[in-house]
Amino acid sequence: MAGNGMKYAFFLGCTTPVRVMQYEAATRKVAAKLGIELVDLPDFGCCGFPTEKVSHDAFLALAARNLAVAEEKGLDVCTMCTACAGALTKVVHELKDEKKRKHINEMIKSTGRQVKGTVKVYHISRVLFEKVGIEKLKAAITKPMNMLSIAPHEGCHYTAPHEIFDGFDDPIRPKTLKALIEATGAKVVDYMNYRQCCGGDLLAVGEQTPTDMVHEKFDNVKRSGADAMVLQCPFCDIMYDEFQKTVEEKYGTEYKIPVLFLPQLIGMAMGMGQKELGLTKNAVKTKGLCEKAGVQK
Amino acid sequence: MASDEVVEVEKLDRDFKYEIAKEPGSEKIMHCFQCGTCTAACPVSAKKESFNPRRIIHMALMGMREEVLGDEFVWYCSGCYACQERCPQGVNITYLMTAIRNIAYRSGKGLPAYREVVKKIAAKGWLNEIGEFDNEMRQKMGLPIIEQKSDEPDKVLKASGAKKLSGGE
Repeated sequence: MAGNGMKYAFFLGCTTPVRVMQYEAATRKVAAKLGIELVDLPDFGCCGFPTEKVSHDAFLALAARNLAVAEEKGLDVCTMCTACAGALTKVVHELKDEKKRKHINEMIKSTGRQVKGTVKVYHISRVLFEKVGIEKLKAAITKPMNMLSIAPHEGCHYTAPHEIFDGFDDPIRPKTLKALIEATGAKVVDYMNYRQCCGGDLLAVGEQTPTDMVHEKFDNVKRSGADAMVLQCPFCDIMYDEFQKTVEEKYGTEYKIPVLFLPQLIGMAMGMGQKELGLTKNAVKTKGLCEKAGVQK
Repeated sequence: MASDEVVEVEKLDRDFKYEIAKEPGSEKIMHCFQCGTCTAACPVSAKKESFNPRRIIHMALMGMREEVLGDEFVWYCSGCYACQERCPQGVNITYLMTAIRNIAYRSGKGLPAYREVVKKIAAKGWLNEIGEFDNEMRQKMGLPIIEQKSDEPDKVLKASGAKKLSGGE
């Protein structure tokens, strides 16, 4: 949708607003400071992603219903979760096909809504990169984080499948998250196998495989010498932040790698405090990191 | 199935590949030439040998319908697209895994855990319930209160047939 500047329907998703409220708090604060207007729409519900394994149709219908809600308000959508962003973007893509559009509208008819597929869906990091832009972001930084080395983790659905994201970033060698981290003054470190998936989607099947995946990730991050990981997806965060202690206990190791959301790092670089950015809510203690970066309480 | 078992030709369902090819995004399954790039790229295969996308596709192409739908390995795809983004034949492998799982549910198989996911979303409109305690916490953090509404997601889940597949009406 054109002509609405940086004003978006804010799609919270299922996980962020209940399990990682600090991500939402930091996102709202940073967005407000950069002139991004986030509008809450109470009619939003599940994006559809969790149902796709059972039924592709269920996924299409749930996602399309949310798109219809945004369309009625004439607003593009902004999400914090890469899975929500991926799911909703995928269905916007599917709606371009007239036959599919008809089929989808048939499924959501009973809600009294119809969908055209005219809204665009953005992950918050994409808004920061494409709409705010690196230069404007840099200009808003008052407290460069140049004392920090950061290990980035994009989350798979931020860039893949590539054909639905119309050329935004590269799934195999993504650049935008790194550029956003560097805009805060922090140094981005490379680490082995850094595109490895968090494995969060496998928790319902069994803990062993995702635990093994996360363990390898931590080993690689630790060896890179990074002060922290920076993510942009609540599912990845559950695996790397909430789950870190479990992995440490299981393998008898100690990582203590602080895990930040991108807006928390940006907020730190804008001079915001620990409480304001919800840094005290992160599972792995961020106190040492905040001391190193001189972030006030 | 164990790898030392002989494949019995008469038990193969040669239509299985066509059944999969009809599913959205899986049209190109027969383009697979078994190079194994998918398995080499797969972060799950690296940790769990029994999950091998190349092998699953080969079994599907051979018509081993019961083995593919009945075994636990198809549930080990994490949906990361590492395979799909690298497939030299343009097979949408991640979509294909979804297609196989969808067929499993329609055949009365499939992991019970994801049926519960659908039921939860039908009941609450969201995967996670936001209770009074969560809203109190949200208020303390300066976040708006969320009132979850379920009627519309429930309606579309019914219309999509997923509610029925999950054991609801």
